[in-house]
Amino acid sequence: MAKELWEGNAAIAEAAIRAGLEAFYGYPITPQTEVLEHLSHRMIELGRVFLQAESEVASINMVYGAACTGVRVMTSSSSPGISLMQEGLSYIACSEVPAVVCNIMRGGPGLGNVQPAQGDYFQAVKSAGHGDYHMIVLAPSNVQEAIDLMVLAFDLADKYRTIAMLVADGAIGQMMEPAEMPPLRPLRKPEERGEWALTGARGREPNTITSLYLGAENLEVVNLRLQEKLRQIEANEVRWKEYDTEDAELLLVAFGTVGRICQTAVREARAKGVKVGLLRPVTLWPFPSARLAELAGQVQGMLVVEMNAGQMLQDVRLAVEGRCPIEFYGRMGGVIPLPDDILPELHKLEAAVGAG
Amino acid sequence: MATIDIPADMELVYQRPESLTPAHTHYCPGCTHGIIHRLIAEVLDELGLRERTIGIAPVGCSVLAYYYFNFDMAEAAHGRAPAMATGMKRTNPDKVVFTYQGDGDLAAIGTAEIVHSANRGELFTTIFVNNAIYGMTGGQMAPTTLPGQVSTSCPSGRDVELAGFPMHMAELLGGLPGTAYVTRQAVFDVRGIRRTKKALTTAFRAQLAGLGFTMVEVLSTCNTNWHMSVLGALEWAKDKMVGYYPLGDTKVSDAVRAMLEEK
Repeated sequence: MAKELWEGNAAIAEAAIRAGLEAFYGYPITPQTEVLEHLSHRMIELGRVFLQAESEVASINMVYGAACTGVRVMTSSSSPGISLMQEGLSYIACSEVPAVVCNIMRGGPGLGNVQPAQGDYFQAVKSAGHGDYHMIVLAPSNVQEAIDLMVLAFDLADKYRTIAMLVADGAIGQMMEPAEMPPLRPLRKPEERGEWALTGARGREPNTITSLYLGAENLEVVNLRLQEKLRQIEANEVRWKEYDTEDAELLLVAFGTVGRICQTAVREARAKGVKVGLLRPVTLWPFPSARLAELAGQVQGMLVVEMNAGQMLQDVRLAVEGRCPIEFYGRMGGVIPLPDDILPELHKLEAAVGAG
Repeated sequence: MATIDIPADMELVYQRPESLTPAHTHYCPGCTHGIIHRLIAEVLDELGLRERTIGIAPVGCSVLAYYYFNFDMAEAAHGRAPAMATGMKRTNPDKVVFTYQGDGDLAAIGTAEIVHSANRGELFTTIFVNNAIYGMTGGQMAPTTLPGQVSTSCPSGRDVELAGFPMHMAELLGGLPGTAYVTRQAVFDVRGIRRTKKALTTAFRAQLAGLGFTMVEVLSTCNTNWHMSVLGALEWAKDKMVGYYPLGDTKVSDAVRAMLEEK
């Protein structure tokens, strides 16, 4: 298919349709509302399920209900709405049903604002709801990647019977770019739903989907199984992009919109003779820790750049384990760091570690 | 289901419905959940719906209902069963979906979900078991606890100046345009049990016909947390609860009326 001009939010919504989305439940919130608006007419045109819920609490539980029956289902929201979904996410994770959630992040905490931000890194990667689990977290840095990762999110959610969350900041949601849509996949047939799904106990024993395990030993067994699944995801699904790392003496680490801005920073720094590369995590969980550890042996220092107070920074430090100095530059409240902000930080790091 | 040989001169008049498992319930002796479970199972059997039913258990005493119902079941977060049921039924219109919820679940933490599901006319059925107390957590004040009724969190009796008034959910939901059939019944005696079964049949039939949201509120007892004998609890319920929560239909839509007359 040829490239077309797509707004990020609409592209995300359309990509979900192409991936075989059967039902969407959501609630309006800036800056993701165009996801809901696009689906509100496209899903109905296609004879699929669209429902505007009374709250994000209801949305995620509608997703949970539909996911229990083995259909491809998603919701989308922005930071405060995702906060309201934490309970439901925890139940879905323990119940091991596949679900896709899209978070077009805005500035926080609290009501914050509707500017692009990355303050939900912890929430998405570390603390989505109570209990021990992780979601697969995918972070695009442009509209095309958002489309591709949206499709991947459904496939990974199904493969591991888990939650896949796309986290994009408002800049990606609202920008327009040329991008190519994948072809429309045929919808899953009812008989293709998982054996575990609630489809009516016809000619089989009843299925139960629950997150309740009263005995301590029983719940530990469930947790061990969940952990085993997480280890499999860590082994198979880590994704990242590298730019100019082959001969890099310094490394930028950034994701999403600021990951893309750092590509420009790398180009500009290279033009000035600074041997810098960029690692951009595409999966925030699982995190490309092993590759960062490797690069820590090659480079003399790293600069982590985020649109928050330093959240992914902690995972970079955990991966690097002190093998090289790590500096941080972050902007908050919806302020987007520009190459002109990043370059002086890079020079400071260069001077501190004596690179070049 | 196990079959048994019945002697030629005898007739089988009573057996466990196929929609119930043989499991022994965890409910306290005297609890009316068991009666309500059985009524639901009988109705689903009689309507031939077991193999296309998906039930949703709540958080509360009936959290383990999926051990007792012999069909597909999910377990919801506290109060969220109507949202789950919405998600299920919208994607599976050929299935019969119901939520089984207590008073704290439906009338406190899950008020938004039940009101909006009812108002949208979601095509599932809610069985609302109202025993005027939080049973599972040990007898705290519920949204339906009667004025003056003692609980562990209103030890001097519910003071409406402090805690507000009990919620009349059947009246509230019956007043919404999306509801097809809303009724309040009680299982305190044989007559009430039979009427409850009839109400459940009407609700499930209305769901099958796609007529709108249906709910059967069932007044129930909790002799354990009311600190009464089983019979004493039934008498107290008949005397006090029914006075505060009048029995009968709060909504029978024209379409449901027509369905009932057709029969």
